[in-house]
Amino acid sequence: MTLLKRLTSVLVMALAINAVAFTLQAQERTGPLRIEITEGVIEPLPFAVPDFVAENRAANDMARQIAEVVASDLSGTGLFRRIGSDAFISNITSFDSPVQYADWRAINAQALITGSVNVTAGGRVTVKFRLFDVFAGSEMGGGLQLGGTTTSWRRLAHKVADTVYSRITGEGPYFDSRVVFVSETGPKSDRRKRLAIMDYDGANPQFLTDSSSLVLAPRFSPTGDRILYTSYESGFPRIFVMNVGNVSRRALDDQQGAMSFAPRFGPDGNTVVYSLSTGGNTDIYKLNLQSGERTRLTSAPSIETAPSFSPDGRQIVFESDRSGTQQLYTMPANGGEPRRISFGTGRYGTPVWSPRGDMIAFTKQNQGRFHIGVMRTDGSEERLLTASFLDEGPSWSPNGRVIMFMRETSGAGGAPALYSVDVSGRNLRRVNTNTAASDPSWSPLLP
Amino acid sequence: MKHLSKAVLVVAALTLAACTDPSRLGGGYGGAGANGAAGGLNDPSNPISPAYFQQTIGDRVLFAVDQSTLSDGARATLAGQAGWLAENPEYDALIEGHADEQGTREYNLALGARRANAVQEYLTSRGVAPNRLSVVSFGKERPIEVCSNESCYERNRRAVTVISAGGLGS
Repeated sequence: MTLLKRLTSVLVMALAINAVAFTLQAQERTGPLRIEITEGVIEPLPFAVPDFVAENRAANDMARQIAEVVASDLSGTGLFRRIGSDAFISNITSFDSPVQYADWRAINAQALITGSVNVTAGGRVTVKFRLFDVFAGSEMGGGLQLGGTTTSWRRLAHKVADTVYSRITGEGPYFDSRVVFVSETGPKSDRRKRLAIMDYDGANPQFLTDSSSLVLAPRFSPTGDRILYTSYESGFPRIFVMNVGNVSRRALDDQQGAMSFAPRFGPDGNTVVYSLSTGGNTDIYKLNLQSGERTRLTSAPSIETAPSFSPDGRQIVFESDRSGTQQLYTMPANGGEPRRISFGTGRYGTPVWSPRGDMIAFTKQNQGRFHIGVMRTDGSEERLLTASFLDEGPSWSPNGRVIMFMRETSGAGGAPALYSVDVSGRNLRRVNTNTAASDPSWSPLLP
Repeated sequence: MKHLSKAVLVVAALTLAACTDPSRLGGGYGGAGANGAAGGLNDPSNPISPAYFQQTIGDRVLFAVDQSTLSDGARATLAGQAGWLAENPEYDALIEGHADEQGTREYNLALGARRANAVQEYLTSRGVAPNRLSVVSFGKERPIEVCSNESCYERNRRAVTVISAGGLGS
């Protein structure tokens, strides 16, 4: 597997990124330039990102590419609209020259992002950038300097865009993150599935497994260093844990005659909740990875599956058909009496607790259609965000503002693809993948 | 022989061989080719062949939407399977539970497990030794029909009894 080597080197490089503030008087300024993304945004905020200034010849291409990725990240949120460079009156030729605010006001650029790039012979990249509130005529927050390598330049761009996004929206960042998913090829009746990983925007895809065994539903650890997934490599569904850095893996649990699936990490990174099927009955268990101790959390003749921890580790949300149809329940993390939280019409499955702790995303099936929806953790304020023949398996962005999920088309030629949607229900977008793709799991923000 | 077939599975898993996916057996004649006695065992007119089991006895039973209850027709098929297994003790069986695509992935895995278990329990009640039977669920992962309406769905909601070599020692 040469891909293994390549993947490892990419990861090592990626870890070399660091960030330092170079303006000491950096202050969080919350002037007029602000987007409240909980409220209805009618008009996206117009911004300009001129090509970054290349500080040396080696930085020429990257200076342009980094500006492109920054613009793409911001536009992709649906909250910002890029102003094309053909409209520009001013050009940015030096990072430290004063900004001609009037020239940017004239083209209605509310935010201006300027930057510079330096690339050393050794492959070190230094990016500096500033964010300006054009109509206030001032810089917004301090300038920042980021360091990395030529192979990790996209991460530098994502970090620039994350800073801009956070300063303007007041929300946590999420562009510098990755997604693990299942890559699918072949006909519907004989689908080949492989685990794959990519940047959140579809760049830098890499396979993590070959297609010799059916694999399902990978899930990131809270620090993004490991992945839980279900594989049929023994002939039976069984949970594996993979180290993302070196792609080594081991079976999690080994019980004769049992099938295990639907694993998820707890927030401590050491606890795993999952489903075990024995004698036709599926219940939820908890496993301590270090001690190997296993605790049974539910004991009912019904199906209990798809468990997900609350971010404080105190509760678990899961689905059960104990009432006759699939519904959502919460219970204490050590088991105990479940409390039903879904009461609308239809069936509810695959609940996932938001990283902010405030909401639960789910799949809903009603009258032959599938939806991705969100509700408060007590089941109130249910809102459906999408509708199609088959939408399934939501995964939260690190800041809890965007949901990625799988949408599958119907019929013999039907195939799944990844989509993302704002928690508001706006900005439905297809995520770029080389193959058909399912079961996305969004990583935490990269270190 | 039971132990032997398990050992083979383990080795296959360790070497990541291309054919560890048991669903491949589901479409063919099980492990018949593996014991070297080809020809007759692939002949559906030979009553002791897995091909006969698959095509004449009937290797699968179907289920209603979101159900794992055996219909009268399913019980008749399974009674035939139990009879064949009684007369052919050199074979074991793997029962695969499947679901149609109308449902979420995890739920369908659990539903397939229920269906496979319903078949296992029925075969056991008809005298098949439990240690000759194993179960696996594929959920909605391995449809045999690919259209997205009930004519296909009803054939995908199935439990398939896949015959494999083994069983002499049990």
